[in-house]
Amino acid sequence: MKDSFINRKYVIMVLIVLASLVLLIRLFIIQVVKSSYRLSADNNVLRYVTQYPARGLISDRNGKLIVYNQAAYDLMVVPAQTTKFDTTGFCDLLGISSDLLRKQMRIAINYSRRAPSVFLKQVSNETYAKFQEKMFMYPGFYVQPRTLRKYSKPVAAHVLGYVSEVDDGITRKDPYYKSGDYIGKSGIEEAYEKELRGRRGVKIFLVDVYSRIKGSYEDGKKDTLAIQGTNISSSIDLDLQEYGELLMKNKRGSIVAIEPKTGEVLTLVSSPNYDPALLVGRIRSDNYALLSADTLKPLFNRALMASYPPGSTFKPINGLIGLQEGVITPSTLFACHNGYLFIACHSHSSPLSLVGAIGTSCNAYFCQTYRKVLENPYYNTISDAYDKWKGYLNEFGFSNKLGTDFVNELTGFIPTSEYFNKYYGKNRWKALTVISMAIGQGEVGATPLQMANMTAAIANRGYYFTPHIIKSVGSDHTIDKRFITKHQISIDSANFESIVLGMEASVNSGGTSTVAAMKDIIVCGKTGTAQNPHGKNHAVFIAFAPKENPKIAIAVYVENAGFGATYAAPIASLLIEKYLKGVVSNKVREQSMLNLNLMH
Amino acid sequence: MDRSNNIWNRIDKISLILFLLLIVMGWVNIYAAVYNEEHSGLLDMSQRYGKQFIWIAASLVIAIFIVIIDNRFYFFFSWFIYGACMLLLILVIIVGKEINGAKSWFELGGFSLQPSEMAKFGTALALAGYLNTKRQELTQFSVILPASAIILFPALLTALQPDMGSSIVYFSLFIVLFREGMSPYIFFSGLLMAVLFFLTLLTNNLYLTIALIGISVFLVWFATRKWKLVFLGTVIFVFIAVILYLLDHYVFKSIGNELVIFISLILSGIVYAIYIYNKRAVSVLIIYLFLVCSTIFINSVDYTFNNFLPTHQKDRINILLGLKSDPHGTGYNVNQSIISIGSGGFHGKGFLQGTQTKFKFVPKQSSDFIFCTIGEEWGFLGSGIVIGIYLFLLLRLIKLAERQRSDFSRIYGYSVVSILFTHIFLNIGMAIGLVPVIGIPLPFLSYGGSSLWGFTILLFIFLRLDASRTEYLI
Repeated sequence: MKDSFINRKYVIMVLIVLASLVLLIRLFIIQVVKSSYRLSADNNVLRYVTQYPARGLISDRNGKLIVYNQAAYDLMVVPAQTTKFDTTGFCDLLGISSDLLRKQMRIAINYSRRAPSVFLKQVSNETYAKFQEKMFMYPGFYVQPRTLRKYSKPVAAHVLGYVSEVDDGITRKDPYYKSGDYIGKSGIEEAYEKELRGRRGVKIFLVDVYSRIKGSYEDGKKDTLAIQGTNISSSIDLDLQEYGELLMKNKRGSIVAIEPKTGEVLTLVSSPNYDPALLVGRIRSDNYALLSADTLKPLFNRALMASYPPGSTFKPINGLIGLQEGVITPSTLFACHNGYLFIACHSHSSPLSLVGAIGTSCNAYFCQTYRKVLENPYYNTISDAYDKWKGYLNEFGFSNKLGTDFVNELTGFIPTSEYFNKYYGKNRWKALTVISMAIGQGEVGATPLQMANMTAAIANRGYYFTPHIIKSVGSDHTIDKRFITKHQISIDSANFESIVLGMEASVNSGGTSTVAAMKDIIVCGKTGTAQNPHGKNHAVFIAFAPKENPKIAIAVYVENAGFGATYAAPIASLLIEKYLKGVVSNKVREQSMLNLNLMH
Repeated sequence: MDRSNNIWNRIDKISLILFLLLIVMGWVNIYAAVYNEEHSGLLDMSQRYGKQFIWIAASLVIAIFIVIIDNRFYFFFSWFIYGACMLLLILVIIVGKEINGAKSWFELGGFSLQPSEMAKFGTALALAGYLNTKRQELTQFSVILPASAIILFPALLTALQPDMGSSIVYFSLFIVLFREGMSPYIFFSGLLMAVLFFLTLLTNNLYLTIALIGISVFLVWFATRKWKLVFLGTVIFVFIAVILYLLDHYVFKSIGNELVIFISLILSGIVYAIYIYNKRAVSVLIIYLFLVCSTIFINSVDYTFNNFLPTHQKDRINILLGLKSDPHGTGYNVNQSIISIGSGGFHGKGFLQGTQTKFKFVPKQSSDFIFCTIGEEWGFLGSGIVIGIYLFLLLRLIKLAERQRSDFSRIYGYSVVSILFTHIFLNIGMAIGLVPVIGIPLPFLSYGGSSLWGFTILLFIFLRLDASRTEYLI
C-alpha cells in the first residue's frame, strides 16, 4: 500500500523545528541579549534595611547631659502581607483615627504593595509596648527602631536647636540624605550636624515572595553597621543657663555670658523661649506651626539676630578710642551742664575725668570725646577720622559676623563714612551730625552677642576669642581652629585699665550701676538705656567679674523695660554671683527679678 | 527464548534514554524549585521532590507493565480505553474536586488523579483505531467528521471542567489528520485561524484587514504574474471602498470602517468572479475566499472573545498581549516567570542558586512553571539543552512512526508527537511570554503524578508498538 502522503512528514518536521527555533530565539533575547531581568530579579529579592545611627549626645561644660536619645519606633507596613484585621482595636491601640488608618494604608499601597513603607512615624515607647503584645494579630506590620531627642531640662532651646526629618529639597541638594533621615535644623544640632548625625548602616536581607526575610545576603559581608554620632561638649553651663532663663521669664530680651579667657559662651538666653521637647517627634510639626504663629516670636533668637542700639554701654569703647587716638587722657576733664548741646544729661558733679564720666555715664563727656575723635587734626577729612574710629569698632567684631558656630548670626550695623557721604554729601557732615553715636544711639546697631564679646575684650584688656558654643567635639576634644585664634585689638592695654577703672567705679563707687555691686567680688559694669522706636527704652547692662582675672563677661538686654540700672543690672549681677559662687545671696533681689513681669 | 527479554531488546533505546534523562532533569529541578533547608533530604516525603520520586518509581513500573502487555491489546481495546476515559471525564465534572474553580481532579483518600491527563492517550488510541481502516478516505467529510468528533469530544468535556489549557491540546491531533491525508487547506486554515486569533487581539482589526488585503494582492500577483490584473483589481476595490466610505460619512453615518471594507470586498468580488470564471483561475478564487473568510473571522473574534471566554482566560490573554498591565495581578506570573528565566543569563546562576526560584517568586514553579527553574539556574545553555532534547525526541518519534508497518501504530505515533509537541511549545512559550498562560504541564519535567503517568503511558504504548513493528496487528 503506497503512502501518498509520506512527504507531509517533512512539513510536520519543519513545523516542529521552526517552533523550537522560535522558543530558542526568544530565550536568547531574554537571557543573553537583555540584561535588565537580572536587575529585576535582584530587586525582587534584596531588601536594604537602613540601620539608623543614634545622634551624638550633647553635654554642658561640666559634663552634665543636656541632650540624649530616647527610643522611638516607626511602625512599618507591607500592604501585601496584611490580612483583614479589627480596625477599631488597631486604632484604639495606636490612638489614631480610622480616617488616618485608611489614609496611611492608601499612601502605603500607592507606594508599593510589597515594599515596606512607614505607616506611623515615631510611635512612643509606651504605645509600642502596648502594640507589641498584640502585634501577632496584625501581620504585615512591624516596627523599625529610631531614636528621638530627649532633653534633661526644658532649657536652652535656642542654643541646642532641633532636629527634623529631611524634606525633598535637602535630599536633592545633598546626596548623603535619604528620605526618612533626620537633620539638625538650628543651633548646635545644625552647626554640628556632620558630627552629630553619625553614619547610617545598611543590612541587606534576602526576602521571599511574601517579603519575609529569609536570611542575610552573602552572610552579611556587604552589611555596614550604623555608627553613632559624635558626642559634643557644649560650653554652656547648664545651671547658669537654666537660671538665666528663669530670670528672663515674662520679659523680652536676651542674655549672653562669655568666659573671656576662652571665648566660650556660658549662657545664651533669648526670651521668650520654648521647651525644646515641643519640637520632638510626631508633635513637632504641629508645635512648630504654633510657635511660628506666636506673636511673641519664641523661635526668634534675639541673642544672635536682634540688633539693638547699645546706648550708654557704648561709652567705654568710645573712651578707649579717644585714649588710643590721643585726643583725651585719663585725666582730661570735660564740663557737663546737664548735657551737651541738644543731648541732655542727668545731674552729677562737674567737670569729670574719664573714670568719673564712665561711672556716672556722662553724656556730655563722651560727646566731646567723640567730637575730638572725629575732628582730630591728624586726619585731613572727617571721613578719614571716622573710618579710623570705625576700624577700631570692627576690631571688636562690630558690624561683622563674629564667626561663631551659629549659622544664623546678624552683623549688626555701624555705618561707613560712605554712608554719610552719600546721605549728606561728600564731607558735608560734621562730628555734630553724627554725635548721637557717641552715646550708642543713632545709627549704631549691635547684637547682644557682639556686646558680650566687646565686654569680654575689655575684661581681657585688649583681646578676645571668637565666641563659641562648643567646648569640645568627640573623644579627642578637637575644636575648630578659628575658636583658638586670638583676636588682638590695636589699643594699648594701659588704656583698657582706665576704662576698667571707670566700669569698676560705675558699680562700686556710687556710679549708675551700684545695684550690681557685690560684697566680695569686684564687678565692673556699665549700664545702658537704649532709646528705640518700639516703645519704652531697652534696659542694657554689660559687666565682667572679677576685676582681676575675669571669669565671666556678660551682656543683658531687657526690652522696653526702662533704666538699665533697674532691670538689666540686677539680672547680670545675680548671674555673675550664681556663676562665680554657685549660690545667690541676695534673695530679695532675686525674688523681685523673678516676679518682674514685663509682658502684659 | 524468553519473550519479554526479547521485547526489551527491541524497545527503542534512544527514546528510552531521552525519557530517562528528562525525568531525572525534572526531578532535579523540582528539588531546586521547592528546596528549603529544613527538608533537604533527597527523599523527604513531605516535600514535592520526595513525592515526585514515588511518581517516577510508579511510572517506571507502569512503563514496564505497558511493555510486557501484548501489543495487540492496545489495538483491540482502543475503543474500550477511549470509552473508559470519556466516562472518567464525564464523572469528574459531576463528582470531581474543585480546585481553582475547575473540576479536574478525582480525590481518592489523599491521592489525586487528573483524568484529562489519561484521556490523551485514550483519544490517540481511538483516533488510530478509527483511521486504521479509513485513512485513504480522509479527504472525505464522511471520514473527517467522525475523526474530528473523536478529537473534539474529550476537548469539549475538558473545556467543561473548565480546563481550557488541556482542551486546546486535543486540537493538536489535527496534525495527525493532516499527515494522514486531510486537505492541507483545512489544516493550514486552522493554523492560520489560531495565529489570526492572537493577532486580532493584539492589533487593530482595521489594520489587520488592510494587511491581509495587501498580502492577498501580493499572492494574486505571485499566482498569476499579471501586473495589469493586480492593478485593475486593486483599483476596483479602492474605488468601491471610497464611494462607500463617502456614503457612510455623509449619508448613513453608521456603517463603520471595517464593514465598509468588507462590503467593498464582496461587491468588488462580483467583478472578479467574471475573471475567475472566464480564466478558470482557481488560485485567485482560493486567495479571494481566504481573504473574505479571514475578514469575517477577524471581526467575529472580538465578539467571541468578549462574550464566550471565561474571565480568567480573557485576563490571561489580555495580559499576554499587553492589553492590560497589572504586574501584581494576573500578569504577575508571566512577569516573574520571564524575570526568572531572563535573569539566568547565558550559563545560569547554578543549582539551588536561583533567587527567584529559592524565594518562590513564581507561583506553581514545580508544576506548570518548572521551566523557570531551568532557565534561572541553568541559563540559556540549560534551556537550550532541554529544548534540544525535546526536539531530538520528537524527531526520533517521527522517524519511529514512519517505520511502522501498521497504519494504527504510525497514526498513534504521530498522535504522541502532536500531543508532546503542543505541550512543550505551549508550556515553554507561556513561561517566556509567547503564548497566554494556559495551565498545562511540561512533559516528564513538571511535578505531578497524573501528568507524568499520562505521558509515560502515552510514550510507552508507542514504544511497545514500535518494538513489535514487524508484526501485523490483525
